[in-house]
Amino acid sequence: MNRPPDGPARRLTGPEAHERRITELEKRVTFSSTTIGLLFALPMLALIFVFFYWPSGQALFWAFTLEQPWGGGNRFVGFRNFIQLLEDPVYWGSIARSLVFGLSSTVLAMGVALLLALFTDRELRGSRLYRTVFVWPYAIAAPALGLAFRFILAPEAGLLSLINHAWPGLWNPALDGKDAMIAVIVAFSWKYVGYNFIFFLSALQGIPRAQIEAAAMDGAGPLRRMRDIQLPLLTPTLFFLLVINITESFQDSFGIVDIMTQGGPARATELMVYKIYFDGFKGLDYSGAAAQSIILMLLVIMLTVLQFRFIERRVHYK
Amino acid sequence: MKAKLFAAAALAALFAAGPAAAEKTKIDFWFGNSGDIAKRVQEQCDRFNQSQADYEVVCTSQGSYDASLQNTIAAFRAGKQPTIAQVSDAGTLDIMLSGAFYPANKLMADNGIDVDWNDYFSGIRAYYATSKGEMYSFPFNSSTALLYWNKDAYGKIGKDHAPATWEEAAADFKALKEAGYACPLGFNISRDEMWQYEEQFLAVHGEPIATKNNGFGGLDAELIFNKGKWVQFVKDLKGWYDAGYAVIKSKDTGQTFVEAFAAGDCQTILTSVGDHGNIGRTAKEGMNWGVAMLPVYEGTARKSSFVGGASLWVLSGKSDAEYKAAAAFFQFIAKPEEALTWSTVTGYIPVRNSGYEYLVKNGFYDKAPYQGRELAIKSLTASPADGTTPGGIRLGGLLQIRQEISNGMQAIFVNNADIQASLDEAAARGNQILRRFEETYAGKELP
Repeated sequence: MNRPPDGPARRLTGPEAHERRITELEKRVTFSSTTIGLLFALPMLALIFVFFYWPSGQALFWAFTLEQPWGGGNRFVGFRNFIQLLEDPVYWGSIARSLVFGLSSTVLAMGVALLLALFTDRELRGSRLYRTVFVWPYAIAAPALGLAFRFILAPEAGLLSLINHAWPGLWNPALDGKDAMIAVIVAFSWKYVGYNFIFFLSALQGIPRAQIEAAAMDGAGPLRRMRDIQLPLLTPTLFFLLVINITESFQDSFGIVDIMTQGGPARATELMVYKIYFDGFKGLDYSGAAAQSIILMLLVIMLTVLQFRFIERRVHYK
Repeated sequence: MKAKLFAAAALAALFAAGPAAAEKTKIDFWFGNSGDIAKRVQEQCDRFNQSQADYEVVCTSQGSYDASLQNTIAAFRAGKQPTIAQVSDAGTLDIMLSGAFYPANKLMADNGIDVDWNDYFSGIRAYYATSKGEMYSFPFNSSTALLYWNKDAYGKIGKDHAPATWEEAAADFKALKEAGYACPLGFNISRDEMWQYEEQFLAVHGEPIATKNNGFGGLDAELIFNKGKWVQFVKDLKGWYDAGYAVIKSKDTGQTFVEAFAAGDCQTILTSVGDHGNIGRTAKEGMNWGVAMLPVYEGTARKSSFVGGASLWVLSGKSDAEYKAAAAFFQFIAKPEEALTWSTVTGYIPVRNSGYEYLVKNGFYDKAPYQGRELAIKSLTASPADGTTPGGIRLGGLLQIRQEISNGMQAIFVNNADIQASLDEAAARGNQILRRFEETYAGKELP
């Protein structure tokens, strides 16, 4: 409104003038050359290159060599690193365990988060408090989280040792592989419940109240409204979180495993990403770890493609 | 703001005015110890810095041996390496083959400092020296494994000495159990404990872990720990475990075996002499305990145990002035007085004869809190280093090999897997690691 009068726009008044100005503005933002656009994109591209493509390229290169850790040189060995891994039954075991871990923790983290979000959305007593508190776990670093859960779940001294007082020997993640797996799944899920919760809650609050109220007037109870209105409208969020949770469970679990079980007992919690961490950072086998990362990357890509191919079809975008 | 600027300017002027301060050669020293030991290393650095005006060593703890090695390698690859880096026993071979270092013996000779390398305990020297006996690094924090026993509990079963053989130990464990003790032997089978339960066991029995003199003779060594007396030991240990004489105590169960021993919950443990100080400080009030050398099986002539811990390496690519500073630092920490302070404040043992003798002369080992630590020296020097038994382990990927053995042990103890088959599998998988390592360094000669 305070725009100083200039050029032809000055002679026109009213809505016509307004429209004219907009067309002029639109014309002005169209660039004939792509150079300036590229210039604007350059910093971001450089960042992506430095922090993503460069290291990935390095890993890809190492995966086909035997690299000396101190940088003394390397030998090209073709696909041998991959063949060695894929011929190893123990490695296939870690792939299977990663799948079990990924699916279980995703189901647990999303299930609990959805339930909590539904409750909070119904504005049950204390929901204002939950809304803030539930996000915190996501901000806790994996090692701290692992330590806390190690204390909580310790069979002799932890909180869960009460179980062993009632039923001796029932719970022992130190000596029982299944218990150890449950322990890391619970610890990992606990962290992601908070993350998922935020997304679910905001999606639920985005559902028009009118629809829910209309359903209520038609006599649908809370459960029926959840099933027929809220959940179908949540599917885009559900799908997004499914992809994120599965991806993260394959990549973000090594810190928790390292602190809680170190892959044991007897390899029961040796996940793919923990093996990469151990072989690369502790064992100094850079090439073996690089080859494993490539396999992990392919697996995660494959899982994501599968999800988009088969699950996304059932997602209703508004 | 102005005041700040003024202060900064004044400070700058001060530095410019003091040429002595400006000429100080600064070098970095990265190490892996954490907690109390890190504080002790820092104190040693401070003493060096205060002892002279020419050099300043900046000591930085990287949190753990693994992290320190990882950070040092990353820094080296980026050309920003520290002058001195601590490398643990498991990382020794990698750096030895890397050529990324300035050999310790050459460093001292080049800087005109005469070092009596024979002053190092033979067992310690043997572990870190090349196959030709040259020292490329300086042994730093050194330890070995000992048996810790609760004198009160053993007194209840009529014993006034720790078991010297495993047969005796088995009888003691049984008697302790029958006397109502819930945990005669506390132990664990994670990667870290393979050191005392496997490597040290084989060392004191004079048995090889691998062919080629435990790898000193070449990169084509093969693991053979699954063929000798150790198999019998694993069987015995499993028997004790099943009978309730031996109990797994770890962070995961809620109490480590060291904590369990200090609390009086477990009556016997095997751990590093480095824990001696810690147990002394945390032991239950009034508890009588002692240490002994690791037991051997009857009819075995005891051999020297291996040294554990880490040594200090000087990395390549630094200036002459920095090397001079490093040499001065090494000369400083070699002093007998430093050995006394170091052994007093940590559980680590002196690494040189001269240091040890100085400690003896000062009555160190007669003082109650340090009594028994001389057994570590005795254990390390139980047999002459004449080359008839391996003086150490020179295997690539040693950490991963320990992990494989630990996985085999866990399969045996947790899943009741067949003992021989599990150990064979661990050896076979370990050999794969060795072959990968050999191929990575193909064409390189083991020094």
